[in-house]
Amino acid sequence: MEITLTVNGAARTVDVADNALLVDVLRESLGLTGTHVGCDTSQCGACVVHMNGDAVKSCTVLAGQADGADVTTIEGIGDPDALHPMQEAFRDNHALQCGFCTPGMIMSAIDLVQKGGGSLDETAVRDGLEGNLCRCTGYHNIVKAVLAAQSSM
Amino acid sequence: MASETGIGASVKRKEDARFITGAGNYTDDINAAGQTYAVFVRSPYPRAKINGVDTAAAAATDGVVAVFTGADLAADEIGDLPCGWLVKSKDGSDMVAPPHPPIATQAVNYVGEPYAVVIGETLEAAKNGAEAVDADFEELPAVVDLATAASADQIHESVPNNQAYDWELGDKAATDAAFDNADHVATVDIVNNRLIPNAIEPRAALGEYDAAAGTYTLHTTSQNPHLERLVLAAFVNVAPEARLRVISPDVGGGFGSKIFVYAEETAVIWAAGKVRRPVKWRAERSESFLADCHGRDHVTTAQLALAQDGKFLGLRVKTKANMGAYLSTFASSVPTYLYGTLMAGQYTTPAIYVEVQSLYTNTAPVDAYRGAGRPEATYVVERCVETAAREMSIDPAEIRRRNFIQPGDFPYDTPVALTYDTGDYEASLDKALEHIDYAGFGARRAASESAGRKRGIGFSCYIEACGLAPSQVAISLGAGVGLFEVGEVRVDVTGSVTVVTGSHSHGQSHETTFAQIISDKLGVPFENVTVLHGDTGRSDYALGTYGSRSLAVGGSAIISATDKIIAKGKKIAAHILEAQEDQMEFADGTFTVVDSNQSITFPEVAFAAYVPQNYPLEELEPGLSEKAFYDPPNFTYPAGAHICEVEVDPDTGVVDIVDFVAVDDFGHVVNPMIVEGQVHGGLAQGIGQALLEHGVYDDTGQLLSGSYMDYTMPRADDLPSFTVDTTVTPCTHNPLGVKGCGEAGAIGSTAAVMNAVTDALGVASVPMPATPETVWRAARGE
Amino acid sequence: MYQFNYHRPSTLDEATSLMAGAEDGVYLSGGMTLIPTLKQRLASPSDVIDLGAIPGLTGVTLNDGTVSVGGMTRHGEVAASDAIPALADLASRIGDAHVRNRGTIGGSIANSDPAADYPAAVVALGATVHTANRSIAGGDYFTGLFETALHDGEIVTSVDFCVPDAAAYEKFPNPASRYAVVGVMVARCGDCVCVGVTGAGACAFRATALEEALATDFSPGAVDGVGVDHSEFNSDIHASAEFRGHLVGVLTKRAVARIG
Repeated sequence: MEITLTVNGAARTVDVADNALLVDVLRESLGLTGTHVGCDTSQCGACVVHMNGDAVKSCTVLAGQADGADVTTIEGIGDPDALHPMQEAFRDNHALQCGFCTPGMIMSAIDLVQKGGGSLDETAVRDGLEGNLCRCTGYHNIVKAVLAAQSSM
Repeated sequence: MASETGIGASVKRKEDARFITGAGNYTDDINAAGQTYAVFVRSPYPRAKINGVDTAAAAATDGVVAVFTGADLAADEIGDLPCGWLVKSKDGSDMVAPPHPPIATQAVNYVGEPYAVVIGETLEAAKNGAEAVDADFEELPAVVDLATAASADQIHESVPNNQAYDWELGDKAATDAAFDNADHVATVDIVNNRLIPNAIEPRAALGEYDAAAGTYTLHTTSQNPHLERLVLAAFVNVAPEARLRVISPDVGGGFGSKIFVYAEETAVIWAAGKVRRPVKWRAERSESFLADCHGRDHVTTAQLALAQDGKFLGLRVKTKANMGAYLSTFASSVPTYLYGTLMAGQYTTPAIYVEVQSLYTNTAPVDAYRGAGRPEATYVVERCVETAAREMSIDPAEIRRRNFIQPGDFPYDTPVALTYDTGDYEASLDKALEHIDYAGFGARRAASESAGRKRGIGFSCYIEACGLAPSQVAISLGAGVGLFEVGEVRVDVTGSVTVVTGSHSHGQSHETTFAQIISDKLGVPFENVTVLHGDTGRSDYALGTYGSRSLAVGGSAIISATDKIIAKGKKIAAHILEAQEDQMEFADGTFTVVDSNQSITFPEVAFAAYVPQNYPLEELEPGLSEKAFYDPPNFTYPAGAHICEVEVDPDTGVVDIVDFVAVDDFGHVVNPMIVEGQVHGGLAQGIGQALLEHGVYDDTGQLLSGSYMDYTMPRADDLPSFTVDTTVTPCTHNPLGVKGCGEAGAIGSTAAVMNAVTDALGVASVPMPATPETVWRAARGE
Repeated sequence: MYQFNYHRPSTLDEATSLMAGAEDGVYLSGGMTLIPTLKQRLASPSDVIDLGAIPGLTGVTLNDGTVSVGGMTRHGEVAASDAIPALADLASRIGDAHVRNRGTIGGSIANSDPAADYPAAVVALGATVHTANRSIAGGDYFTGLFETALHDGEIVTSVDFCVPDAAAYEKFPNPASRYAVVGVMVARCGDCVCVGVTGAGACAFRATALEEALATDFSPGAVDGVGVDHSEFNSDIHASAEFRGHLVGVLTKRAVARIG
């Protein structure tokens, strides 16, 4: 089947199987490999993107459900010369090591801060990142980064 | 000279630009034209004889390119997966390792063991084919319980009593005598729970075969691509080393689990040659749970003998270690040379005797996982020490102080074969006590009590031996490979530098740390240094990254190469400046003739080396590129004091970590920001072991904790922010004075947490992990 | 995933007729359970019928002491609503942020996972489950492990909850999955006390012995003397039936204490 969606601001039409996932569309059809797959039970959060303004796990959205949607991936929020404040905060606070969970973590964190109304404290950040696993950082610096980005976003 | 980008500076990482923008290049991000997809067919049984595997229906499935069984690999003379460390039993006999074919042939011995692989045009086709493989299994009773494995059914024909080896270390007679003279003996019975590593990037492989050249290229998620290549070439027989290139691109965490040479990567590269097309595989997380090597899994009884004044007289340790179904790449070394040798801890215990019986069970193979043996040793020693302190009513900080090896005692020979080069254990403990406000603990405990909660404090003063390893020591103890490292420093024509290291970064930040070293030593701007790694086609034979060795060993190799660059640069500079070589000094990127104003910059020397106009070609080769192999003379010995404070809700058994302090001595630190990050991550894994993580098989051998729905990964809301600090006694035997920081968090923290939980409840022991129900039961005195 | 035909109907009628015509169809609402199940090849439906494009199935509205939640309303929207704070609190604790951004109440209760959160509210807040052509009382809705009173092909269009005088939800999450090991919704309405329990048994139920004790004396202490029969409770590597029974009591006390 054919679906049309807006990805990182550009309209894209792709031909996909009925049983394709959004993450397959992004990684395989569109070559946006910044969105990762780390589990098969919708727990790890490495695949988080924004869909119609909400952080979602793209491994748990069928391609058909994303027909007509506005999707933003890690590739769509900034580039090395013009980083998103959350990307900048992750770098400045050493909030990543191997980098594999990072795209999903950043996309979750942006949604969290955008909806947090500027009032997130450490507990709220930790609770809000419940759906993203990181095995490297112990979350310490991720929490610092998100709080720092809250001030700069 | 300290600079903003040199040694000692918290420089922001070079790696981050690609990772935070989604431009990382992990194995699963790489695709090859015409690639096929591999799906492994895995045993549903923990133990069964294979009477036959019928692949006809699978081969006839739409889109299936090929189906291979173990017999196909055997027919191609593909060898078994070897264990690279020979351990001998007490009686001098060699360890017994059963044959481990990459794809099972005669029998399957754990749930998830592959017995066929299906290659499909698409992943879906391969999965369909995998479901059509029909195997005739004869199910056999599984051996699951470690404690009784030695007397259970024999799993492998060649392995009596399911025993890999029965190993010992230390002086039994002296230890027995120490116990005879003891005023007090503290005894602990410990189960060190099985962990499942769970790097967030699942293992993956892309195998390619170039028929015209007869060469193979394997992109894979390896911590040590050269080792992978060596094993695939020399033991598994895929292709000679020179015709096999192994590339580890960006790798999403390893923690030990990506050291080993596994069935899947082996089958993928072999199959690429058979089907003459690229073959791609990425583990699903359920496969990671079943078939990545697990960690820990010991059952131990330990006894500490003490004098009346709390001095340690002797330590006796008897451990059963679970090897799983087969002996993985380094499995034999973990509960022996990385475990028994650490039993002195930070203490002057004069007599130690350790016995380790390693046994096979019908579970996934167990091998090194962050810390590898040393967390298990620390858990034994520090639970013993804490137990003794409580039983003898001696303050737990004080009893440690009374037994610390003192700064003046180094180098210090322990009774378990190591020579510690340096340390100041009291300095770390003092700093940690200050951070945790030990004096205020009583008041905090009272406040918790009045709120209906139980507060406890726990200590762990750990030591580790890392920077693996002096090759001759390791080889004499059974290692099948040398454990040096290679570093190459290529100065470019314009004076920028490309470093090629045999170490591999899968989160450790080599691209930054090694660039800092070069920038510092050669005066080259940090941004003009590029670090390459993870490719057998780029670097010489090297040993990769594990055991907190990258900086202490790999970094030392780079320093050695850098020294050669400077020495050659002095010759070139002396020629150009018409001075004597021994008159040349090098600092801050400039060669200067002593006591003169004559100088030449490093880039000018580099240019002269490559455009050798004014250059002594008759005496000196052109070019400025040097390589060094560095073999460490000793292990390094990071050590520290971890203190954990917990609050327990007695009604639900939930443990909250209210404060965690880690003060570590890593020697000199190149990048404090990165080092702190390594500690944070290690702490999370150590705390995870203590409170959350547990790889559980049921009595029949089925893995119950086989997904993130049941295996409790530490999440952001499970953990506190940590207080991390350092003390410094520089390593005495490497040029940077560094020790290694990758594993300390995981080594030290587990015992601190468990000591805090038992303190809070006022009980002698709590099984690990201290999950809510376990704690609730312990609180009720069950 | 096995192959299936994906449909995205725009009316309820279209959805039900697609289902009627499918060999082995399944509805997709939020997909938070269904999609992982499909991915692991644990289900092989012939047709997946996505309810996401059908208008009129979302929203939280308060009318005359009743809160009506559209069947396709996402957990996040309920969490942000204010008509029944305890219901909003419950919704805010389902899964993680991403689950709450996709998962729906209709999907959750149609699935009847024994460890889901919403069922505690359905049995404790006098709920009525509406489908296209009938209404099912909350107390009659859950019939067993992953079983409900829904007929084949029936779609949950909305769920009504009575607004209680006071209510509180207490949850002991599974440390790994974050589902409820036990979740207890205590609601007080006049003299009546409802205690809805999820996670402990095969499906959500009302703890009548606790309700009776609390109806007499609405205080945490009233829970102490009431034994919770855990003989039929769930048991797994995270919690034995006995521990679940204990937690029912603890969480009930805490919910009562929060209500005050």
